[in-house]
Amino acid sequence: MLHEPAAPAGRDPAFLYKRRLGVLYFLIYTVVYVGFVVINLVSPTLMAVSVLGGLNFAVVYGFGLIILAFLLALAYNRSCGRKEAELAEVPDGGH
Amino acid sequence: MEVLSVVLFVLIVGFVLVLSFYFARRAKSASGYYAAGGQIHWSVNGIAFAGDYLSAASFLGICGMIATAGYDGFLYSIGFLAGWVVALFVVAEPLKRLGKYTFTDALDANYNSKGIKLLAAISTLIVSICYLIPQMVGAGALVTPLLGFPHWAGVVLVGCIVIVIVATAGMTSTTYVQFIKGGLLLVFSTILVIGVLSRGLTTTPDQGGSVPYREYGSMAAVESGGTLTPADSSYSVRAVVDSKGLRFARLSHGNLESWWKVDSSGGKIVLHEAQSIVAKSDGSTLVNGKPLSPQNQLRQVGNLESIGGKTGAEAKTGGLDPVSYLSLIGNEKTSVRRWKEAKLKDGSDSVTVYYPVLTSGSKILRPGLKFQVEGTPLERIDFASLMIALFLGTAALPHILIRYYTVPSPAAARKSTIVAIAAIGTFYLLTLFMGLGAMTSGVINLQDNNMSAPLLARTFGTFLFSMISAIAFATVLGTVSGLIIAASGAVAHDLLDRFAGVIKNDRQKVLVGKIVAFVVGGIAIVLGILFRGVNVSFLVGLAFAVAASANLPSIVMMLFWKKTNAKGITASIFVGVTSAILLIVFSPTMYELYGIDAALAPVPLRNPGIISIPLSLLTLIIVSLVTRKKQEIATAPAA
Repeated sequence: MLHEPAAPAGRDPAFLYKRRLGVLYFLIYTVVYVGFVVINLVSPTLMAVSVLGGLNFAVVYGFGLIILAFLLALAYNRSCGRKEAELAEVPDGGH
Repeated sequence: MEVLSVVLFVLIVGFVLVLSFYFARRAKSASGYYAAGGQIHWSVNGIAFAGDYLSAASFLGICGMIATAGYDGFLYSIGFLAGWVVALFVVAEPLKRLGKYTFTDALDANYNSKGIKLLAAISTLIVSICYLIPQMVGAGALVTPLLGFPHWAGVVLVGCIVIVIVATAGMTSTTYVQFIKGGLLLVFSTILVIGVLSRGLTTTPDQGGSVPYREYGSMAAVESGGTLTPADSSYSVRAVVDSKGLRFARLSHGNLESWWKVDSSGGKIVLHEAQSIVAKSDGSTLVNGKPLSPQNQLRQVGNLESIGGKTGAEAKTGGLDPVSYLSLIGNEKTSVRRWKEAKLKDGSDSVTVYYPVLTSGSKILRPGLKFQVEGTPLERIDFASLMIALFLGTAALPHILIRYYTVPSPAAARKSTIVAIAAIGTFYLLTLFMGLGAMTSGVINLQDNNMSAPLLARTFGTFLFSMISAIAFATVLGTVSGLIIAASGAVAHDLLDRFAGVIKNDRQKVLVGKIVAFVVGGIAIVLGILFRGVNVSFLVGLAFAVAASANLPSIVMMLFWKKTNAKGITASIFVGVTSAILLIVFSPTMYELYGIDAALAPVPLRNPGIISIPLSLLTLIIVSLVTRKKQEIATAPAA
């Protein structure tokens, strides 16, 4: 019984675009995140180097990862929203 | 126990309960109970996401770990936030599109497989219970200073209140509780950080003037013919005990006995004053040489020994901006007095000694104090394993995933995730300041670092302490509610309805869900008492590893690999859950909890993700390919 989605979603012509973009942004972030882990493992003392206003590399990189997640999220939402609006204007959801 | 604390606590808990009863009328249908009718606004849901996610682990555990291990605690903030990237870019919209009430719905949408329903529901139950343990441990830690209750009473109190909330109103009330709590947590954490920065740094913290700074003594000693003699003749040595390469001495001074760490480096012997708890063979307990009592407890600790090379009054900085605050603490000429623990036997007495160590600021603000990134290859693998689990765990947590069903559309699911990232990211930036504030303000409870942030708030007055503690308590209430709803959805919707087909109507499904809430709540209470004192972030890290191993390979492969089939998903969940749980049960961490020497643990890793996640993924690929091939052969036309 009752196996359909709670709030049925209509057809989404922007689905493929959003999926591709999502994967791209995910890969970008993953590279930066993996970079953080690898530097800690391969050259941990590099993290102690002062790089910005007396802040060391570890603090700058760590804060950077948090801020980057937010910036990518904003960019992703903007692109998705635009694409959704663009395709919604085309009656057949086509090109 | 202070009156204001109790009043604020009662007000917040009362408010949460009133909200639950108010929303109870919306929870008559299954959609209302499990998914808030799918009608929550994305902005409310986004902050509620933050409320759900910023659990006891984030507020209590991360701040506590930063207070004792510096940047290593902040690694959890980085990893927990990074996990939202996976949730947003990979999981959010497709999951919303496919599911109804539970994560199993989405996973099973294209397969209609009994195996997936069964395994995914069991996995949801197990992950929810793993995640419940740290929340309950946090609840117990909170009520002790707030209400004066023992740890177990706090756990029972949370369990009972949450069962009432969940059994009353389900997802709608949980959403609004989380929304309000998430908002309050952000506001009051910001106020606390502003307080920390305005106060600046000093080498003699006095908890806002309420507790005079205590200087811990050091004195020279000489050793001849195996006899240790302190330079100060008013002290005499009663015993010297070796423990894991360290030496400790029991000294008497007048009628008082105390423990000191013996430091023999550099050719000279120096004794450093420590704190101690002695469990006597007659059952009595001594704290710092005197009988344990409400007035005689371990002293709170943590301070800077020097700030940028300066000591004493000239080191005091006054108000600082965030960059100066961090750069001063991370300065190589800054020195932090941290405390370590050693357990030893003194005749028939069991002694726990807490002794000070000085750590350079440059080591405080980079990884290495808890996770040995410069240690053995195994220790490095352990670090990588933790970071992988944190990154991949968020998008596999059932209580987070079900929140995607409370909004009306996939676009709303996406937008609410972005609000969540903004709110959660902001909070995690604040954790570093709160944790370091606790580390340098003499507020750390040596037996339980989980209370570092609330105790830091207490140095700014009773109101802030009471508010922060009450919010932290509400944090636990909200998160536990969400977890119990996820668990009850797994049993009522996935197992009894979709798997077994014994649920006859919507009303029955809600009723069964409420009964399950009682049972899961009871289990959580028992486990919360058993795991007392373990850092809650660490426990949540393990829950992340179980979630990521059990669920993430299936979710991702279902979305991106066309050859994925039901048997592959079923096998992957089974292998993921089983391997992660077994690796944890036989890990050094659990051996320490069992009271067995950690070196005897058959699994050398403390974090299982690096083994169990790839194993689960590999299982999915192999089983999907093999069973697909068999199916193709079986259905191929005869030549």
